[in-house]
This record gives sequence, structure tokens and C-alpha cells, in this order.
Amino acid sequence: MFNESSFDLRKYLGNNSNTLGVWLAFGLLVLFGVMRYENFGGAYNISSFLNYNAMFIIIALGMCFVIMTGGIDLSVGSVAAFSSVIAAYLSPYGLLIALPGGILAGMTFGAINAFLITGMRIPPFIATLSTMLGAKGGALVISDAQTVSVDWDSNFTQLGMDKIYNILPWTMLIVIIVAIAFWIVLQYTQIGRTVLAVGGSEDASKLMGLKVTRAKVFVYVVSGGCAGLAGVFLASGFGAGQPLEGIGWELTAIASVVVGGTLLTGGVGSIFATVAGALVLGLVFNMLNFENGLGTINLSAYWQMVIRGLFLLLVILLQARVSMRYSK
Amino acid sequence: MMLTLARKHGGLMALAILIIFNILVTPNFLQLQTLFVNISQVATIAIVAIGITLVIATGGIDLSVGAVMALAGAIAPLIFLSEFGQSYPVIGLILAFTVPLIVAVVCGAFNGLLISQLKIQPIIATLILFISGRGIAQVLTNGNLQTFSNPYFSYIGTGKVLGLPFQGWLAIILAIIVYLMMTRTVFGRQILAVGGNETAAQLSGIPVRRVKTRVYMICAFLAGIAGLVVVAINSASDAAKNGNLMELDAIAAAVVGGTLLQGGKAPIFGAILGAVIIQLVKYTLLANGIEDEVALIAKALIIVLAVYIQNPHKG
Amino acid sequence: MHPLIQMNRITKSFSGVIALNEAALEITPGEVHALIGQNGAGKSTLIKILTGVYTKDGGDVTIDNQQLTITGPRDAQKHGIATIYQELNLVPLRTVTENIVLGYEPRGFGGLIDWKAAHKKSREILNSFGLNIDVTQALGSYSTAIQQLVAIARAVSLNAKLVIMDEPTSSLDDKEVDMLFGVVRSLKATGVSVLYVSHFLDELFAICDRVTIMRDGQTVDVKTIAESTKLELIASMLGRDAAEIEAAGSTELGGGENTLGEVLFEAENLSTSQHLHASSLSVRRGEIVGLGGLLGSGRTETGRAIFGMDRLKHGNMTFKGAAFNPTKARDSINLGIGFLTEDRKIEGIIPDMSVRENLTLAILPSLTVNGQIDRKKEKEIVQYYVDALGIKIAHMDQPIKELSGGNQQKVLLARWLAIKPDFLILDEPTRGVDVGAKFEIQAIIREYVDSGGGLLLISSEFDELVEGADRIVVMQDGKSVTELKNPGITEQTLVKAIAHSHDTPQTAPEAA
Repeated sequence: MFNESSFDLRKYLGNNSNTLGVWLAFGLLVLFGVMRYENFGGAYNISSFLNYNAMFIIIALGMCFVIMTGGIDLSVGSVAAFSSVIAAYLSPYGLLIALPGGILAGMTFGAINAFLITGMRIPPFIATLSTMLGAKGGALVISDAQTVSVDWDSNFTQLGMDKIYNILPWTMLIVIIVAIAFWIVLQYTQIGRTVLAVGGSEDASKLMGLKVTRAKVFVYVVSGGCAGLAGVFLASGFGAGQPLEGIGWELTAIASVVVGGTLLTGGVGSIFATVAGALVLGLVFNMLNFENGLGTINLSAYWQMVIRGLFLLLVILLQARVSMRYSK
Repeated sequence: MMLTLARKHGGLMALAILIIFNILVTPNFLQLQTLFVNISQVATIAIVAIGITLVIATGGIDLSVGAVMALAGAIAPLIFLSEFGQSYPVIGLILAFTVPLIVAVVCGAFNGLLISQLKIQPIIATLILFISGRGIAQVLTNGNLQTFSNPYFSYIGTGKVLGLPFQGWLAIILAIIVYLMMTRTVFGRQILAVGGNETAAQLSGIPVRRVKTRVYMICAFLAGIAGLVVVAINSASDAAKNGNLMELDAIAAAVVGGTLLQGGKAPIFGAILGAVIIQLVKYTLLANGIEDEVALIAKALIIVLAVYIQNPHKG
Repeated sequence: MHPLIQMNRITKSFSGVIALNEAALEITPGEVHALIGQNGAGKSTLIKILTGVYTKDGGDVTIDNQQLTITGPRDAQKHGIATIYQELNLVPLRTVTENIVLGYEPRGFGGLIDWKAAHKKSREILNSFGLNIDVTQALGSYSTAIQQLVAIARAVSLNAKLVIMDEPTSSLDDKEVDMLFGVVRSLKATGVSVLYVSHFLDELFAICDRVTIMRDGQTVDVKTIAESTKLELIASMLGRDAAEIEAAGSTELGGGENTLGEVLFEAENLSTSQHLHASSLSVRRGEIVGLGGLLGSGRTETGRAIFGMDRLKHGNMTFKGAAFNPTKARDSINLGIGFLTEDRKIEGIIPDMSVRENLTLAILPSLTVNGQIDRKKEKEIVQYYVDALGIKIAHMDQPIKELSGGNQQKVLLARWLAIKPDFLILDEPTRGVDVGAKFEIQAIIREYVDSGGGLLLISSEFDELVEGADRIVVMQDGKSVTELKNPGITEQTLVKAIAHSHDTPQTAPEAA
């Protein structure tokens, strides 16, 4: 008789092998870094690392939802840039206005994506590529193609620059809360389960009577909102809204999601594994910086994109091997 | 009914409207200099659009064209500016043309193999070079802008034949060659068959995997040429900017020109027409004082509209 | 006791083609009701109207004494109709429990899903089926049989009053079929009705109460299983009875002048992962060998295995005396073997390409000079076949999608004739083709064979097999079970052979 209430260690390990694997990788990297680099484990490095990567983790979380339905969102980088400008403009009114304002700006683009994809039946990559252009253009228009300084007198910059106990940035705290909230939605709400079902088989989901369109709209709006939040982090952390930022962010997000084990074809995914994936990617670059500092290697910043690409290639090849095993 | 009309003649109608609008409204539109500038810019989009049309015709997509442009454009000056290139200028020049194109073809083969052998979705497969190709170019040049003065190389970007820019002729000649390939050769027929019904093509003995790989190689080759042209025009190679967002321009040109995203059609001259339209829209906005940024939004709208019109809707 | 479901005079057409012509269906509560008919008889269309996937053009549907129109899958579920599709409409990546409760998850604290309750519920239902599995594992990690039971469990959990099962046993072995029957019986015991669609007639006799027989979009008969025989059912499905056979329209496949040549092709115990287990046959030059059997007997799979489309797990083949092991279509084509597939829309035509391009698709290598296509030669070849086969086109550059079904089929036939094959495999060559074109295609086939080609003919039209084939290999469940030889085959003997093969476990005698 199967008794799910008792804890079966082997089964737990088997089901979550992917998430655990990524966290393990993260742990090993941290260990290696602490041993090898001075100041790696110091408060300064940790807090600035977490603060900087908070933006990317948030975007990766939104991207995770989209990819789980089998779609893709290439607009997140530009939407983040757009939102950062909006947030900067709203900064004089304080966080209470600027934060929701930025998120709403992102959600608007998310809604545009959702309409293009579900209403006009345009393939996700084209729809979101177009939104990317639109957001980029929009950001430049409203900012007059310049960075927009935030209002330093308001409490706006506290979000991006302050830390709790000098080590945990507020941004990271928000990321943790959002991640937990997303996990709850994914595990315990109908729309969360529908998202996974749609990615697993959209046809079956329709035949099962699930609300497929609603799930798709949901994920794109969420992704837009996450990009918006990242934009707020950006403006608050750097003191200015930056219309030209965000280039390549969608790729980092996709890479994080994929490294975290979510299948690009959709249907399977883990919020926490995505967080771990983003952290691993961020950590690799953090460590490369340190290594550069040690002088053992001399990698220019341009290697970043190459390494990201290699990561993606590796994971894609592994996934291809796995999915070939799944299909008959 | 309006939709079918737009589908069949939309391209030409749009072109006509744009030209008339510009003649009436834009100052200096009918001047020769304007023509040169437009041809110069349209040529690179057109060349890449031709390649992407072929890829889309097989039912795929190639997001890496911009990165390949940057890569090819970065390698050429490295060669003829190097010590070897300076001492043997003729060989240097020849290598500066051939090596980047070989590298481009290798990139295309990389894409093609991932897609045809490992059956990875084209978006994902070409995403890899999209991410890392430009990075590789920047690593090679250490992020530096390479400026040079090499009249022989720059000819492909600044030279004039019969009074019109060289790259314009290049684009047209390439279009003709590819058009002939599509209509006269077996390979062209095979491409359309693979995109039209891959199963039927496979059953009729067509080497589907080989066809797909080759198509990505050709697309990358053309992107490589475009990358060289851009560098020649500017007498400078900026790996960060070369080919930036080109994939979107090229896809837009192809779609506006009548290419169907699900494959099976490869309107080569349509792609040229599409490129011209996109260029004209850009120019119209620019010349009438509207900022670059708005042009981006306009382009986004055009793409969405074109895809929407082109695609038959499931009921 | 009033009927649970009553469908009367249902009509439905698609783009002018009539799919249902006043079809009817009646199911009583707690009944296991079978629905049978050949391909194209209208079964799945009727079911899709009942489940809301299609909307009827005419007629009425009454459920539980309420006349209504079902608007979609969720609406059908609301009225207690659940469907277990042949391609299971479940999500293999998700857990067993999820697949059962998806869309109707039990809620707990704060409106969030109560997984404990969900797991408990799914475990209970499966236990009542005699199934004891870990419901927290992914559905895809279980066998098809179990997945099917999970699909039924979903239906039960949604309080279905009618469970429609579409070919439920096609991927099950005997033990699993028994398990399924047990579940069906328990459903019946709780008052749930089952609409059972299957071509395995044995099963009907094991588990069903009544059977509705459809043919050509109409309901032709409703019988009580206990009062019928297999022969009667098959005869009804095919619209055959003694009188009809005599007066029935003949085909153009008979009366051939063929002389049988040497053995061209031989296959022994072919087995693939696509439900082919032990198919054996041989074909001589100038001979037509027919493959007969009901849906799912493995005829198309045999063709695919021969042509190289599916990899052989076991078995071997020889062609023209030499061992033959194709790994892809091109291998077979190069040796002079052609395969006209069953579904021209999905596997045959390239819709946007012209008639000319479609016709020459398989012979492109021979039309090539220096990579370029010899246009003149191409046009000659195309014109030749257009004339020879009587293909009605406006001009050869017309897109093939504009042609009628019959003419499209002729173009595809020409595609294969153009490779000058020694051996042709034709899968339902006259399906979906109007009567006139049907005769013309049959005449073309006869001509091909008379000039020395070998032909493997897969057809559901019994008269084509009876009149045209020199020998008929009867298949069942992926195995070739018996062989009939002409002259001497009649519709009756063929029907008998097929029905008979459903009776007894198989050893394969050669009918003398």
C-alpha cells in the first residue's frame, strides 16, 4: 500500500534530483570560491552579488512561467529598461508609487504580448521580439534617449541600495518572497497546474476542458510584471532609469531557466531550481572576475556572452538526449 | 475580402503609398543622394533577408544572423590589418574576404546540424549563436573598434558601379542567383518540398536533413557577406553594433515580402521588396524628424501586422 | 427506463462533403454499447458531436430527457459525458493524481489545492479498479494500459454518466485487456454507461450489451449482441449480403491479362515497434497481392516496414533475390519500389506546390543535369502521365490543392509510376475518390500489373481485393494469419476468413 505521508528519502531524491543537483553545483562553487578568493565570502561581495543578481533572478522567474507553457518571452530586457525609466520618473513620489508603477508598466507590455499571442495567434517569438522593439523604442522616447536620474531625496533608492544587517539587500528579500509566492501559485493553485499542463500537452489540456487561454495570458502578464520589477530594481540600484539597458537579459533568463532544469518544450519546471540556475550563472561570472583579479586568466568582459552561450549549448544538448529518451 | 487583397498585393501597395507620401511630404526625397543612402542601407537588409527567406521556407528560423554579421565583420579587418596582411596585401585581402565567409558557413553548419540531426527547435538552436556569436567577435577584437583605410576592401561598401552603390548591385545579383537556384535547380525544389510537407518530402526520397543543413549554411554565408559590407561602408568594424537587431529586420522583410512562417514559400524578390519597404518606413520617419526610437515602434507594428495578415487563421 | 443518450437524425457536412446523413444513437443507463463501422463510416464524427468538438448541422441530441446542444469539452463534462481518446488526452509529464483531478482540484486552506485529499481520492478510485500504484509519480512513467485506466479514473471522478472509449485496447496485451474489462463491468454495476468503439469484434462479444453499426454516415443497424454473430456484424459494416454481392458494382481490377513472373519480393516475420508482430508475404512480377483485414490489423504498418519508413525489430526481406534492408525511403525508391500512402493530405501532397512539381517529386534525381532541372524533360513526363491517367487540370502549374481528391490521388499515383517501379505498394488508392476516378485509378493499376510490375494492394474495399488480387493475405493484430488464392475468392469467403481469424488463436495455414 502506498503511503505518501511517510517520507521516502529515495523517492524525494529521485523526484527532485534536478533541483538538488543545481543547488549542489551552487554550493560547490561557493565552497570553491571561499577557499580560493580573498573577500569572496565577505559581506561586501555577498551583498553586491545578491543585489546585482536580484534583477536577473526575478526576470528568470517570470521567464520560467512562460517557458513552462512552451512559450518564450524575448521582450523582458527592453521591458525592464522601459520600466526603469518609468520608475525613475515616479521616484519623487516615493517607493509606494514608483514600485507598483514600474511593475504595472511591465504588466502592460505583458498584456500586449498576451494579446498578440492568444488573440492574434502570432507565434510567441515573433510577438515578443516585436514587443521588445516596441518597448525599446518606447523607453527611448519617454526618456529622450537619456538616462533619467532618480529623485535622491525620496525613499526610492533605499530599495536598491540598502541592506538588512549589511548583508541581505532588500531586493533579494523581495526576490525570495516572490519566489515563494510563485512556488505556491505553481503548486497549489489551479492556474499554476494549468500552466504546467498546457506546456505538457496543449491539445490534451483543451480536451480536458482546462482554461488554456487564461493560463497563457497569465504567464505573459506575470513575465512582464517581473520585468517591470527588475526595472525598478535597476533604477533604484543604480540611481537612474536606463533606457538602453536590458540587452541580452532575456538570454540570461532563458539560460537560467534551462540550467535549472525546465524543459524548453514546456511542461516541467521548478521555481527554486530556476533561482539556483540564475545564482549559478551569476556566480560563474562573479568568480571569473575574481580569477581575473588573481591574474591567472585574463578574460575580458566579452567572454561573458560566449560562456553563457556555451552553458546554453551544454544544457540543450543534455535536454535533447533526455527528450529523445522520453519519446518512444 | 480586404484581407485577401492585402495578402496578394499588400507589398506593392505599401511601396506605392510610401513613395508617393515621401515625394509629397519629405524634402529632398527625389535627390540622388537620398537614393544612394537608401540603397546603401537597404542592401545589407536585403542580403540577409534572402538567406532568412530560405530558412523560413523550410519551416525554420535563424536568430543568429546578426551575430554572424558581427563575427564576419570582425574577422576581416583583423586579417588585413595584421602583420601578415600588411606585408602581403593581395593575399591579405583575399583572405580577408574568404576566411570570414568560411567562418560564417561553419556557423551555419553548426545551426544546421543541431536542427537536422539533433532535432532541436530552430529558435533554440540558433539562440546559441545569437548569444555567443557576438561575444566571440568581441573577444577576438577585445571589444575594440577597428578602423582602417583600405580602399580595396571598402569598395564593396562605398564603391559605385554605373553610378549606383556596389552593394545594391550585389544584393540584386545575389537575389537573382538565389532566385534561379530556387526555380531551376533540384535543391530549390527540395527546399520548398521540405517546408511544404516534410513527411511527403521524406517519403519521396528527398534528403531532408541535408537540405536543412545546407539552407542554414547559405543563410549564414549571406549574413557573412552582409557583415563585410557593413564594415566596408563604415571603414570600421564595431563588433558590438554590427548587425544589431538585423534578425528582426530580415524576418520582417521576409514576412512583408510574402514568406509564410510555416514554410513552403520562398519569394526571393518579395524579400527584397520587403526590405525596401522597411527601409522606406525607417527613412520616412527619420527624414521627417521622428526619432529613431519611434521607428523601432513602427517596425514592431509592421511586423505584427504582416504576420497577422499572412497567416491563415484557424477557425 | 428512459434512454440516457438519444441522438436522432444527426446530419453534418464538412465543406460540402457529407459526413453524417441522419445518423442515430441510443444508449440506456448502465449499458455497455458498442459502436462499429469502417473508416469513414462516421463514428468519430458522431462522437465529436456528442462531446461538443463539432456542432451538428441537423438533428437533435437528448441527454437524460433534456434536449440540448453541447458547446465544448467542458460542457460535455458538465453533462456527465467523458471521453477516453485513442491518443490519450492526458499529460504524461504530470502526476497520476493531477491527470485525474486537473481542472477540478479539491480545495483546502485558503482556496489552495489540497493535494492530500487529491491523492487520496485518486488512490481510492484506482484501488476500486484493482490498481495499486504510486499516484505521485509522473503518468508517463507508467504503461499505456495504466494510463488508460487513469483516463477512466478521471471520468469516474468527474461523475460521468457516460464514458466513451475510443479503441481502448489497441495498445493493450491480454492481461491488460482483462483489467480493462473488469473496470468496464464495475462501471456498469454503478449505473455508468459505456460507449465502446472498437474494431476488435471479440471484445464486443465479451463485454457489450448492444451494438450500433454505422456505414457511410448512417446508422444501418442496432442489434443485441447476444442475438448476433460476428459474420452478421461484419456483413452489416460492409453493407454486404448475398443479394448485394451479386448485383454489386464490379471494379476495374478484375479480368487481368497478367502472367505471373518470378518472385520479386519476399518478407518473413516482419516486426516493428509500430504494432507489427509477424507479417509475412511474397509478391511475384505481374501479381497483385492484397492485404485484407480490419482496421488496426497491421496492413499499413506492413507497407511502411517494407518501404523503410519503420525500422524492423525482427524479420527479413529480399528483393529481386538479394537481401533488402532499407533505412529510408530513398533506399527503396532507388531499387524501384514505390509506396502510395494512405493519407494523401498528411503524407502525400505538398499543397502549395504545382501539379507538375508534386508529380515529379520522387524522380528529381533523374531529371537533374548539373544540379539543374531539365524543364523540357520534366514537362514531357508530366504531360505523359496527365494524358495517360486522365488527370483533369487547368494546366500543369496549377497548385495541387485546387484539384479534386480523385485527381490529386492520380497525381500521387503518377509520382510513383514515374519512377518506373518494379514493385508498388498502394495503401487505399481509391479512398476518398469519386466513383468515376475510382474506376480510372483501378484501370491504371491493372495496366501497371499487366506490364510486369508487382503490386501489394492494401484496401478496405473488399470488392477491389476480391476482383483484383491473385492472392489475399489476411492480417489480424499485426500478424499475417491466412492466405486466400484466386480464382475462387468471393466476398463471402474473404469476409469469412477475416471473421474466422477473429475466432481462433492463430497458426497460419495456407488456404489451398
